[in-house]
Amino acid sequence: MMLPATEKEKFQLLLMAAIDGELSAEEKPQFEQYIRQYSECYAEWQKYVKLKEVTQTMQFTRPASEVWDHYWVSIYNRLERGIGWIVFSIGCVILLTYGGFKAVEAIVADSKLELIVKVGVIAVIGGLMLLIVSVIREKLYTARTDKYQKEVQR
Amino acid sequence: MNDTPQPEPQNDERLVSRCQAGEIQAFGVLVEKYKQRAYYTALGLIGSHDEALDISQEAFVRAYGAIAKFQASRAGFFTWYYQILRNLCFNFLRDRAKQARPFSEVETAESSLQNIADESSNPAVIAERNELKDAVWRAINSLKDGDREIILLRDFQEMSYKEIAATLDCPIGTVMSRLFNARQQLREKLEGYLE
Repeated sequence: MMLPATEKEKFQLLLMAAIDGELSAEEKPQFEQYIRQYSECYAEWQKYVKLKEVTQTMQFTRPASEVWDHYWVSIYNRLERGIGWIVFSIGCVILLTYGGFKAVEAIVADSKLELIVKVGVIAVIGGLMLLIVSVIREKLYTARTDKYQKEVQR
Repeated sequence: MNDTPQPEPQNDERLVSRCQAGEIQAFGVLVEKYKQRAYYTALGLIGSHDEALDISQEAFVRAYGAIAKFQASRAGFFTWYYQILRNLCFNFLRDRAKQARPFSEVETAESSLQNIADESSNPAVIAERNELKDAVWRAINSLKDGDREIILLRDFQEMSYKEIAATLDCPIGTVMSRLFNARQQLREKLEGYLE
């Protein structure tokens, strides 16, 4: 007897639960009924049992024990370096902003400098600031919209 | 401070609270508890030892950075951490695909699987097992990312359907149908070895 097409999906789900030992008490007789009644269900079940037997005999190769010994130390070092980089970056931003401001102030106040030079230097500093803001904005935008970047909050 | 923390008999919720209060040592305990599971998950998803080690550690670093936002009452630590890990792994796979180096080409030469029953001294049996092991590794590696993930969670991480559903944030029925599709693919690829 052929398994009706409408029953196929239900059988497939029960089949997965059966080979993974996840059948509930009420699903068990339903599954047994399928494999008793339909030879194709029985054959299908046998194939997946065989597959399960094969995958069950496999496990990932264990890395050297030093890998586990140094695992946390490596994470700790990364965390420490991350904090170091943040503090360093904040310092750089403060110094660059202050230096840029002072440079512009000095250039504007310098009466000996040609106007074109003053405009040029201000344009360079202004352009640099614009580029930095643009890159930061792009990074933030990518982090918000990239489906693989975001860290799911539960 | 960076000595390997000894796992204490504390639940994850309490450890997370201590992390949120700034106790890095508590985070170390969580890392010790889940490092192997994290590494093997990454290894299964991306297939390379060095990358799996790097990405699983990077995911812990990011988890620590985002721990303030984590609500332990809504999900287990590993379930939450897994979201970060899988995003990093899929990012990595996407970047690798852009470089025209699909998963199956990266580490097919050396399998990261071993047969649990490797103690046989019969060369013919060993050769047969090695062949099967390599075939399984190649077959798993050639699956789509989502199919490989579901096989990994069920057959290698031995997670229950309920745990997988919580981890992937989908109904148990979806877990079962995804498992069926993935196993169907795997079975077809291993047809000659399952006689």
